Amino acid sequence: MTISYFLQQLYVQRALIVSVLVALCAALLGVSLVLRRYSLIGDGLSHVTFGTMAVAAVLGVTEMYISMPVTVGASILLLRGSTKSKLKGDAAIALISVSSLAIAYLLFSKFPTGNVSADVCKTLFGSSSIMTLRPEDVKTSVIFTAFVLLFFVFFYNRIFAITFDEPFARATGCHTTVYNILLAAITGIVIVLSMKMVGALLITALIVFPALSAMRVFKSFRTVTICSSITSVIGAGAGVFFSLLTGLPVGSSIVAADLLIFLLFLLISVICSLIGRTTQK
Amino acid sequence: MKLISCKDLSIGYDNHVVASDLSFDICDGDYLCIIGENGAGKSTLMKTLLGLQKPISGELSYENGLHQNEIGYLPQQTDIQRDFPASVKEVVLSGCLNARKFRPFFSKSDRKRCQESMDLLGLTDLKHSCYRELSGGQQQRVLLARALCATKKLLILDEPVAGLDPIVTTEMYAMIERLNKEEAVTVVMVTHDVSASLQYASKILHVSHHPLFFGTKEEYLNTKIGQAFLGLSMAQEGDGKQ
Repeated sequence: MTISYFLQQLYVQRALIVSVLVALCAALLGVSLVLRRYSLIGDGLSHVTFGTMAVAAVLGVTEMYISMPVTVGASILLLRGSTKSKLKGDAAIALISVSSLAIAYLLFSKFPTGNVSADVCKTLFGSSSIMTLRPEDVKTSVIFTAFVLLFFVFFYNRIFAITFDEPFARATGCHTTVYNILLAAITGIVIVLSMKMVGALLITALIVFPALSAMRVFKSFRTVTICSSITSVIGAGAGVFFSLLTGLPVGSSIVAADLLIFLLFLLISVICSLIGRTTQK
Repeated sequence: MKLISCKDLSIGYDNHVVASDLSFDICDGDYLCIIGENGAGKSTLMKTLLGLQKPISGELSYENGLHQNEIGYLPQQTDIQRDFPASVKEVVLSGCLNARKFRPFFSKSDRKRCQESMDLLGLTDLKHSCYRELSGGQQQRVLLARALCATKKLLILDEPVAGLDPIVTTEMYAMIERLNKEEAVTVVMVTHDVSASLQYASKILHVSHHPLFFGTKEEYLNTKIGQAFLGLSMAQEGDGKQ
């Protein structure tokens, strides 16, 4: 069983395409979220998605129909309201995330839809369902990624301005509220899409690792954005293959790959600063 | 020529009035210092002038074709910026955004304007340096260059020398004065530094919930409040030195 054998399999191709694309979107968003101190937004929102999945399972509706609007709504609420609302950012995230977790588990226990602990474990840590993707899933993620990429290319300069200094952007006539809501909506959608891959507990990794790795070494916004996209794609690809070869869970493999990349970048930055110090002397 | 005119302006947030009865004009070429104690409404006034906050009552009007997005702004530095990966050029260029309207990318003229501001403030050699690795004074110069990209008409500076050492503070003031005198940029500065205000400003607005004074520097020095405030600040500085 070699890599080339796997690459010929349709299900592997689909899994690869979807995970690479979702990882790419998450990395792009991650740079802005990490810099604005919203690293844990992914964690909070994924718990909301987890809650909506429980509701959907109980009602017997397709998950997407409930989880997408609710998660996007929660995302807009958390990311937009933080400047004005009485509940400050991290507290609001904590509140929403634990409430959804509790409600979801209550629902799962009250209306068992099969094996409760297997269901819960699957949604928390991602499932092998990434290997059983249908062509529609691939289509959704391709269309969505194209949309996110276009958004980032066209509004790159504005995203930079808002992330770096929101009051200045607003004072010089940038419609920051509109962009914030758009960014929040995209964050919500990316999180719903990545639930399948890595599960509720590991989503934060997809968002923060690439950005953090890139920031160790690169020093301009452009290079950090590009580098985090590339490392995220590599991490997702490597994770999927590792999981195929070993039979270990996909989500955790991707996160482990991202962690390795982060450690590598950390090492590079330490070496660079050591070299810098000796040349200064 | 008037740029901004305020009449019986009351400012504050959530319907809580911080300062009221403010009537003053900002004219072309002015160097106006807004001074007053902590919590007197200086920052709120500045945010209202920038259009970040709505006035509670009274009138605030932009005159002679001044558009709200033609006001440059030097904000205080935020926590986020301390570890932000951005090159000097990226930061300065982001000041050109307001002229972009809905066009997504920067044009040649934007890049030229960015280069000019960097030349003016002596940042050309630092162009590719990382913002977070610069000294406090250099960072302030980068933000000032960004504000200049946004406009050459009116700059609002929020405590531009906060946290800078004395030598860099003097340099910063000299630079602001040069912009005002040579480049004809109208400057509005919110500051704690009364002695610097009296040295550089052409007009003073002293706010303390109600406007205590608005007029030229010379007039201010002849009022009781001016003398009292000046004496107070000198006494404080004396304390600080001991």
